[in-house]
Amino acid sequence: MMRLPCFRFHAPRTVREAAELLASTPGAMLVAGGTDLLPNMKRRQQVPGTLVGLRRVAELRTITRGATLSGSPANDDELTIGAGVTLTELVRDGRIRQGYGALWQAAAQIATPHLRNMGTLGGNLCLDTRCNYYDQNYEWRKAIDFCMKKDGGTCWVATSSPTCLAVSSTDTAPALLALGARVTIVSADASRQLAVSDLYRNDGIHYLTKQPAEVLTAVHLPPLDGWRSTYWKLRRRGSFDFPVLSVAAAAKIRADGTVEAARIVLGAVASRPIEVPAAAAALAGRRITDELIATAATLAARPAKPMDNTDFTLLWRKRVTRDFVTYALRELRGDDVRELRHRVSRMLL
Amino acid sequence: MKIIGAPRRRVDGRAKVTGQTRFADDLMLPRMVHCKLLRSTIPHARVVRVDVSRALAHPGVHLVLTGRDFPVSYGILPVSQDEHALAIDRVRFVGDPVAAVVARDELTAFEALDLIDVEYEPLRTFSDPEESLACPEPRIHEYGDAGNIHKLVSLRFGDVDQAFADADRVFEDTFFYQGNTHLPIEQHAAVAARDPDGKLVLWSSTQTPHYVHRALAKALAMPAAHIRVIATPNGGGFGGKSDPFNHEVVVAKAALLLDRPVKICLTREEVFHCHRGRHPVLMQFKTGVKRDGTITGMHVMTLLDGGAYGSYGVASTFYTGALQTVTYHIPAYHFQGCRVFTNKPPCGPKRGHGTPQSRFGQEIQLDKIAEGLSIDPAELRLRIVEQPDTLTANYLRVGTIGLAECIRRVTHIADWANTFGKLPLGRGVGLACSSYLSGAGLAIYWNDMPHSGVQLKLDRSGGVTAFCGATEIGQGSDDVLVGCVAEVLGIEPIDIRAVTGDTDLTPVDLGSYSSRVTLMMGNAAIQAAERARDLLAGAVSRKLTVPKDRLVFADRRVFDAGDPAAGVSFAEAVCLAETMHGTIGTTGSYTPPRSAARFKGGGVGPSPTYSYSAAIVEVDVDVSSGWIHVPRVWIAHDIGRSLNPTLVRGQVEGSVYMAVGEALMEEQIFRRLPARLSHALVHKFPSMLEYKSPTTLDMPEVITELVENPDPRGPFGAKEVGQGPLLPVMPAVANAVYDAIGVRIDEVPITPEKILRALDAKAAGKAPRVGPARFPDISWPEPLDVPPPWKSGDGKAEVRSRKSEVGSERSEVVGTDAGARRLQPSGDRS
Repeated sequence: MMRLPCFRFHAPRTVREAAELLASTPGAMLVAGGTDLLPNMKRRQQVPGTLVGLRRVAELRTITRGATLSGSPANDDELTIGAGVTLTELVRDGRIRQGYGALWQAAAQIATPHLRNMGTLGGNLCLDTRCNYYDQNYEWRKAIDFCMKKDGGTCWVATSSPTCLAVSSTDTAPALLALGARVTIVSADASRQLAVSDLYRNDGIHYLTKQPAEVLTAVHLPPLDGWRSTYWKLRRRGSFDFPVLSVAAAAKIRADGTVEAARIVLGAVASRPIEVPAAAAALAGRRITDELIATAATLAARPAKPMDNTDFTLLWRKRVTRDFVTYALRELRGDDVRELRHRVSRMLL
Repeated sequence: MKIIGAPRRRVDGRAKVTGQTRFADDLMLPRMVHCKLLRSTIPHARVVRVDVSRALAHPGVHLVLTGRDFPVSYGILPVSQDEHALAIDRVRFVGDPVAAVVARDELTAFEALDLIDVEYEPLRTFSDPEESLACPEPRIHEYGDAGNIHKLVSLRFGDVDQAFADADRVFEDTFFYQGNTHLPIEQHAAVAARDPDGKLVLWSSTQTPHYVHRALAKALAMPAAHIRVIATPNGGGFGGKSDPFNHEVVVAKAALLLDRPVKICLTREEVFHCHRGRHPVLMQFKTGVKRDGTITGMHVMTLLDGGAYGSYGVASTFYTGALQTVTYHIPAYHFQGCRVFTNKPPCGPKRGHGTPQSRFGQEIQLDKIAEGLSIDPAELRLRIVEQPDTLTANYLRVGTIGLAECIRRVTHIADWANTFGKLPLGRGVGLACSSYLSGAGLAIYWNDMPHSGVQLKLDRSGGVTAFCGATEIGQGSDDVLVGCVAEVLGIEPIDIRAVTGDTDLTPVDLGSYSSRVTLMMGNAAIQAAERARDLLAGAVSRKLTVPKDRLVFADRRVFDAGDPAAGVSFAEAVCLAETMHGTIGTTGSYTPPRSAARFKGGGVGPSPTYSYSAAIVEVDVDVSSGWIHVPRVWIAHDIGRSLNPTLVRGQVEGSVYMAVGEALMEEQIFRRLPARLSHALVHKFPSMLEYKSPTTLDMPEVITELVENPDPRGPFGAKEVGQGPLLPVMPAVANAVYDAIGVRIDEVPITPEKILRALDAKAAGKAPRVGPARFPDISWPEPLDVPPPWKSGDGKAEVRSRKSEVGSERSEVVGTDAGARRLQPSGDRS
């Protein structure tokens, strides 16, 4: 089998300790679950000399209503999820399931039950971008003379591309964008909060704005305030696979059925989640009719620019973006989509 | 019967579910060191220089081997001895092994691989069969029928042209079956060591210890008697562990040189490189029919993408044309097959070996014929089903045939009459049938010896040990062995210990391939057990003064049928027999009946008997996205008799699972980079994450019907079940898609993208179809003409072709030389 390279391992008990370890150890990386990082290390995609494990940092492992975490301001209505909460814990939390449908549906569709038991919310948000030319073992990458993202100079997806086109493959990020969530980021000497949207850059290599010495400690979900949300994921199988297209949508809908505000976010079509304000704007102030859904879906699909570096052909992924936006908006409208959901996701969500 | 036919927990079930089965990678021996292979990163190249000095100097490295250490070639077929354990002067695909490092642990060995300097001189690469056809140079191998063509076959049985002239309609269709791989959960692993007296022992996850034994003796130039091969229980094989592999030869050599145990466990990427999986096959079917559906004749052409080595490829080529005739009556039949070399991992046998591809084409074409003739597809098949006890046009002997019953049963349980053509747009059902061998009639190498042997040792305790070379690969062969012996001797399975797959301890069984084990080992086991029963009966008869033929063996007793109270325990019977005869041990063996085919090429296809299956698949297709879902599969299988219905149903469901993967998603495909920048030719995604195969959530509901009509050639009437039920599912999916949305997908995998493309074509008024447009021109050799049995044929080729036949008499063994040698009286050819 493939073996891990040698590395030093630290298991701090506090965020502060972790941040100090990162600051004082060049090339150190955080591990928060390790379901993606450790296989990547076996394939030598990442070869950190030091890993700082977050599993034993108790303060990262709670879900609290309105509590403060690492200096974030208190807000009685927001829900704060520690970055070290496992995806299984997230999925089992009634508050998430009832209130924040998009996040619950996204988390429930990540990988497999075993991997959700290990994987964490923070880990999924910081998930390495993916590409069929990059997610390969050392020998394979050597056979293509490596790629821009690791050890090589060319982006084989589009050889003239000046930037890496690896795909953002996190399920939770599009959901959290749609929910308007924020994150707290802590370094050895500071702490800051930013919108989830500002955590990402459209660059397959430098896909996070978080600095290597910073720790993502918490996710803050805003008060529900009448919003409802949903998440639809395209993948080949009913388990295991990363998204090759996803649609997260949230809307605040008045009792009379008119949309007060909405957000639509596409995942896995670029190196970061893509918000589509034009489509959301088309919904605002109107009732969600089939015609409106069709208009919004066409608008939403426009910025999707899938590349030939994931499962399925890129033309087909581009084409079904509209279908997936349609599914999401129908669900927000209140249609019974259970049968459709089962056909697409092969599970009850 | 008490054991046979009753659903039982398999004898190795407890060990498997409690994690006690020891697979090859579980073996840990004192002083063991670890091996890693350096594999080529270039798809086709001359190896100019290999410098291992830096690797040898790396701390912890014990040994580095290169091609020079392995001068002798080997290969599974005598006609394709084209593999070296490590490349001598040529690499032929990305993944071809070049050097090996043996070190104190895997990590050290892996690090040392990077210290080996290999200088390559790249050669033109071939990624597509049509390139290999068009361009004979540079040759990937210095042997084969021409340029980069490995094998060309043309067999003609009767006047096919006349058959088409006599037909009311002639249908011509082209299909493509994409390659896919076995994906066993267990990666190949092997441990080699010298035993205390200096001889070699190899533990390996292999399906064919006997063939590995022979290959090792050849490749290492060692007496076979000094080599012991032990097949560890395989964590799945499906044909992928049927060849002798580089890593087995390498660790064997390393253990001899170091006098230390050497282990290797392949990575998943390496398993994709070992491959030997389903050949990608382009095929053309031309079939003439009468208005009532009767087939007048068929002409089949196949083009196989063989990859970089021969493997079983010659047999695979013949298999793409062998079994068309055993399901439906075809009075005139012409088969042309061509296998080419390409710079990709070698293809070989995967569950169904060479037959699923052409079965896919045949069953879709039948669906088109049924529509063209306005006959229900089930009714059409019922009209043309082959008769029992028939010799087909290509001289395959059909024994019992439960196909009609399979069709009747499966259409009944699936409510075919009320669903086919009657479901709303997007939902549909499709039917297809198939047949498979119950064991290949000929061995891989020419010999007249038995194909399976069983020895029994009876202990005074009443315990019995059954020895057989058969290999437990998860299919339940140990359970079949124990079940057959227990039934004959009237004892319980727990009283029997199975010792299997060990070339020192067990008599030869050719291996777990071609669905041969149940039939052949089962018959051998019954013979051995009946001989033991006879010895015991003699002794008990004397003691009880009851005639032998009145004795019953049951419930661990031997008793008088007329007076059940009068009897002895089984253990006592053994003691009586041992007193009378001395130590009690018996043997049994099985040799398949001689084939009626006496022409070159007639060795592939014959089997003691054939299993039959019929499947109906339901699909649900979203016409907007093309998304396809298979909620349900009904399948009926002619098993002859179920020895252990639990295992039989498991094999049917496992086959359906694998078939759904092949139908909908699995693809062993490769990537080329822009030629001006790179000559890379790599497997697109050699991982279990990105090579898509269904998960449990994607598995349809399977409703299985077993058709039991005991076949006198099978043990207790049993036929095979390991491969046959896979075959009808892929074409049934394609036929169901047509029923659902009116488009033909004439290739696998059937993906949402292809469905949408076909729907677009339909909407644009073009042919509502996705599939290959044409079959390339191939310069076929003159056909070998063999008159079918009903044209007073005797199984031999016509004289016209005899010259070429004699010329290549020694050149082939799989089913060709062996068939010819065995079946043609010696005086006949000179």
